[in-house]
Amino acid sequence: MVGITSFGGYIPRFRLNRGVIYGANAWIAPGTIGAARGEKAIANWDEDSITMAVEAARDCISGMDKSKIDAAYMASVNFPFEDRQNAGIFSTALNLEENIESADFTASLRAGVSAMLAGVNAVKGGDYKNVLVAAGDRRITKMAYMHELWAGDGAAAVLIGDEDVVAEFKGSSSVTVDFPDHYRGDNEKYDYNWEERWIRDEGIATIVPKALKGLFEKTGLSGKDVSKFVMPCVFGRVAAKMAGQFEIPAEVVANNLHDVCGDTGSAHPLVMLVNALEEAKPGDKIVMVSFSNGCTAVLFEVTDNISKMKDKRGIKGSLAIRKEEQNYLKYLTHRGMLEQDLTMRTETNWRTAISALYRHRKQILGMVGGKCSKCGTVQYPKAEYCVNPECNAYDSQEEHEFANEPGEIMSYTADLLTFSMDPPAHYGMITFANGGRGMFDFTDYEMGKIDTGMPIEMVFRIRNIDKTRNFTQYSWKAKPIITQEEA
Amino acid sequence: MANGIRDKVAILGMGCCKFGERWDCGPEHLMVEAFEECLADAGIDRSEIQAAWYGQCYDELGTGKGAPGLAIALRLPYIPVTRVENYCATGTEAFRGAVYAVASGACDIALAQGVEKLKDTGYGGLPIIDSVNSGALGGQTLPNISAPGAFAQLASAYRAKHNVNYEDLKRAIAHVSVKSHANGVKNPKAHLRKPVSIEQVMGAPIIADPLGLFDCCGVSDGSACAIVTTPEIAKSLGKTDLISVKALQLAVSNGEEQGYKDWDGSYFATTRHASARAYEEAGIKDPRKEISMFEVHDCFSITEFVTYEDLGISPRGGGIKDVMDGFYDADGQMPCQIDGGLKCFGHPIGASGLRMIYEMYLQLLGRAGERQLKDPRIGLTHNLGGFPFANVNAISIIGKYE
Repeated sequence: MVGITSFGGYIPRFRLNRGVIYGANAWIAPGTIGAARGEKAIANWDEDSITMAVEAARDCISGMDKSKIDAAYMASVNFPFEDRQNAGIFSTALNLEENIESADFTASLRAGVSAMLAGVNAVKGGDYKNVLVAAGDRRITKMAYMHELWAGDGAAAVLIGDEDVVAEFKGSSSVTVDFPDHYRGDNEKYDYNWEERWIRDEGIATIVPKALKGLFEKTGLSGKDVSKFVMPCVFGRVAAKMAGQFEIPAEVVANNLHDVCGDTGSAHPLVMLVNALEEAKPGDKIVMVSFSNGCTAVLFEVTDNISKMKDKRGIKGSLAIRKEEQNYLKYLTHRGMLEQDLTMRTETNWRTAISALYRHRKQILGMVGGKCSKCGTVQYPKAEYCVNPECNAYDSQEEHEFANEPGEIMSYTADLLTFSMDPPAHYGMITFANGGRGMFDFTDYEMGKIDTGMPIEMVFRIRNIDKTRNFTQYSWKAKPIITQEEA
Repeated sequence: MANGIRDKVAILGMGCCKFGERWDCGPEHLMVEAFEECLADAGIDRSEIQAAWYGQCYDELGTGKGAPGLAIALRLPYIPVTRVENYCATGTEAFRGAVYAVASGACDIALAQGVEKLKDTGYGGLPIIDSVNSGALGGQTLPNISAPGAFAQLASAYRAKHNVNYEDLKRAIAHVSVKSHANGVKNPKAHLRKPVSIEQVMGAPIIADPLGLFDCCGVSDGSACAIVTTPEIAKSLGKTDLISVKALQLAVSNGEEQGYKDWDGSYFATTRHASARAYEEAGIKDPRKEISMFEVHDCFSITEFVTYEDLGISPRGGGIKDVMDGFYDADGQMPCQIDGGLKCFGHPIGASGLRMIYEMYLQLLGRAGERQLKDPRIGLTHNLGGFPFANVNAISIIGKYE
């Protein structure tokens, strides 16, 4: 049996109320009122498709033996690098073994499902036992019109394997059609979109049924038996209409999360699937549909193992941790859509010594330090000589992963002098429960609520973007632990 | 076993230019202004200087890398000149080079000069050390730390360790700045010469929490220098009231503070090491009683505050009481920053260590004018560079040669 053996999700903490967007733009785009309800999830300035996918994957594989992962696939239509494998950054951040396969899936909103199918086929083929698949999208749209209101940021991950399957892969059916409802040419920042009525009536309404018909024929499933119908679609009632054509009950059509999150692009089929799995029961039959340049439909059947799944943050947990952002200009600035005077202090040379980054990739991207085999001292970074002055042993350290170590704040400041995309820059010394410490940036904090002794967790984020060379630099940051919804 | 530097080297002359925003001056003007005073004080000709140590921290500004910047400005006659840089402790490092050269017998008369021309930066604060100038890894592993942001963290850790509330510590460090401003008023060479009140300091805009504008030192242009020789040569040149070097110590972080478990972030491990060695070298048993006055590296008020304890002058956790009692005020038992300190005299990085020694030298010789203290015998300077978690700490002690 091949299928999903674990899953995880990540929706960024900040939510932009669509009323704020509409309020700022109604003078030029009054017709968007129909979509101007609820809120959309927005990545913090230091999050991108990779960092969100890393968070979803950490949620998915927490507590597992990472050495069993044979391949890491990542999907996005907003990768930070066009040529430098994004899945490679993703797998280094997760500190996966280096002797694995990895690949990027992109250039279509179907990329998330394509990556998942590639994982399924790889495991079915027998070469791989476990394939980690994550999709993340930090979506960029122009201001004011519907696409800005529809789009949200987020990520989801699934582990595909053949042991302890929680949702068995029962079959898939695909149609490939060059239906360019939107496209983004080389070196373009924004999508170009065709008329919505044409997309809905000529695209979705004719292409999706072909894939669904194929799936039902292939699997012998009847629409009446579907327990959950997962179909991302920004147009209201279109998913329900597709379901109706196959006698799928209206009440099993999954909510597209428009009101709480927005459409997370190539990640959205997996985001909605994970959301569905979080409340699934053994025997549930989940049909997922991903429409874009054709369509892929997939059937999963939930197994008894679903009840053994450990508590995940998942999509529901992520959605519960929310902070409302009211400042539309700040949101636009964080997307690089406004040209502000960021002062002379930013006119600095941000060039990354890439050879040094490579040499220290485990330290910088993987948050890996050392543990002295002589005295047991855990330390960050791993160094030639042990940091314990009573030991100072040479070449004595084994790798020690810090990403999941509990930590707390030893010292901190809120710095208004140094440049930050989210001033004041908060940073400080973090001490880890099992030893080791370091000076780290803080992120996703509550202003005025930081203090020494506060527990933190480490998260993988953007450190800085070198705009001269369009190079995204990553680092691990300390995030105060927030467990409940905040107003 | 080495027997230390005590009384092996005397200061033949010193000079210091007016510190401030010297828009009309380049580093060469600042250096010559200090050097002219120094040469006249020493009573020698520049041709008698046999070697020089040149301290300048930011080679992005000033005269760039290398030693010719000093040699050209002063027209030094093809003598050995070495440029040194050790963060904000650069000035003391230049002094150490010259003093050690004389003590070794390698030369009879040596010059130490520090300079920094900061006000060509184009913005407030120190020049930003970018990812290309902080080593191949520096720009990849640390947060984008500013100087006030690095030092402000001392406050959070000090509060946690000594269970002090935010307001009480904020008020104590405000008093530190108020005292230095009061002293700066009396110093014609100081950059900032305006008194401030506790309320002004506490109400000023925050730079890096909890440090406000008046908790941060001046960003200044300036230069200071010293000519050193042996006590014997000084006497042979007709000098009578000799000031000699009693101790020169340096302690440098080795990664323990930022990597091991012992340091709690509330103090400077290096200051404790360097000062203990300096006291031993100078033969000082009880610094609180034996030292007459001192200049510390008050880049930020909190730095001065924790340094009182690290130097063993205030008891651990006893800083607030001493500060609020006026122990370190001009009329207190042990005046600190009698010249206004980095806070008000200003902080041209490469010059600061030598500027501190200059004030101790003036005070010991009774030449400090309106701010002259009564009969000082021993003065200590504490010159610090880097971050609380990784720094260079230089201590010098000078006093009357008896």
